[in-house]
Amino acid sequence: MVTVSIFSGVIFWVCAVGAVVTGVAVFRVDSMARATFALLASFVFAATPLLLLGLSYLGVLVVLMMIMEMVVMAVFMIMLMMNPAGLMPMTMVHNQRGSLLIAGGTFAVLGTGVFLVDWPQRRGEPAPDVTFALGEALMGSHMLVMLVIGLGLFATIVSSVVLAHPRGRYDRFGDDLKGRPADDPIRGSIG
Amino acid sequence: MSLQAFLLLAVALLAVGLYGALSQQSIVMIMMGLELMVNAVIVAGAAFWFYVSPAEPDGQVVVLVAVTLMAVEMAMGFAVAIAIFRSGEIDMTDMAAELKD
Repeated sequence: MVTVSIFSGVIFWVCAVGAVVTGVAVFRVDSMARATFALLASFVFAATPLLLLGLSYLGVLVVLMMIMEMVVMAVFMIMLMMNPAGLMPMTMVHNQRGSLLIAGGTFAVLGTGVFLVDWPQRRGEPAPDVTFALGEALMGSHMLVMLVIGLGLFATIVSSVVLAHPRGRYDRFGDDLKGRPADDPIRGSIG
Repeated sequence: MSLQAFLLLAVALLAVGLYGALSQQSIVMIMMGLELMVNAVIVAGAAFWFYVSPAEPDGQVVVLVAVTLMAVEMAMGFAVAIAIFRSGEIDMTDMAAELKD
């Protein structure tokens, strides 16, 4: 049991240091594609402590979601952003000194608080199946959270499509939406 | 491992993300900073669940909300980046200064 606890402690610290180092690397590397994959590494490192706490479902969920997100992000990088391959040195920063001071100050204040605050004692033990407990909570006592998440995701789908669409209804029908037939580059209501 | 160790990791991630969100000019890099900050919330939420109140699943629900928030932030961020890029080839925050003029 002691060996297991030492082993998980070592894994935790390796992952914690790895998560922060790769997190810093995101803003230090020259190429945006490399920054994307550094961020992916940071997320995977940060999800491992979740697995150590027994949150197998949420830990794996974070890892899988981040892999998908970062692959999408890499595509966007190459599509839109300058210097995706890192062929030349790149610094695109403003007010670096101020940002460093604010971030360092935040770390110092919150880090001190972590050790000074008298955190509450642990009460109770985890349920035998924590994923089942989470699902039961979401479908029972925390149903409102589930509803808000569902509505929020649906609103995101609609609004992201509206924002990213190149030709909306105002382009097709004019500002008063009364222009008929629609002003399309190709006839037949396909764009 | 202890609550303090987990919270220290969360604070470090939050600080790194805050630096990125404040200092970067590229829109996508700012989004990366925000993602790191939400990741700090995930780590802290899981740690509070395990070390303070493991009998209740409330901490897990917080983690789930943070994960969803991350997905929403990412989707909306990319949609806005596409829209603003289309309107004027803008991919850096300093170029999007119409309201300032």
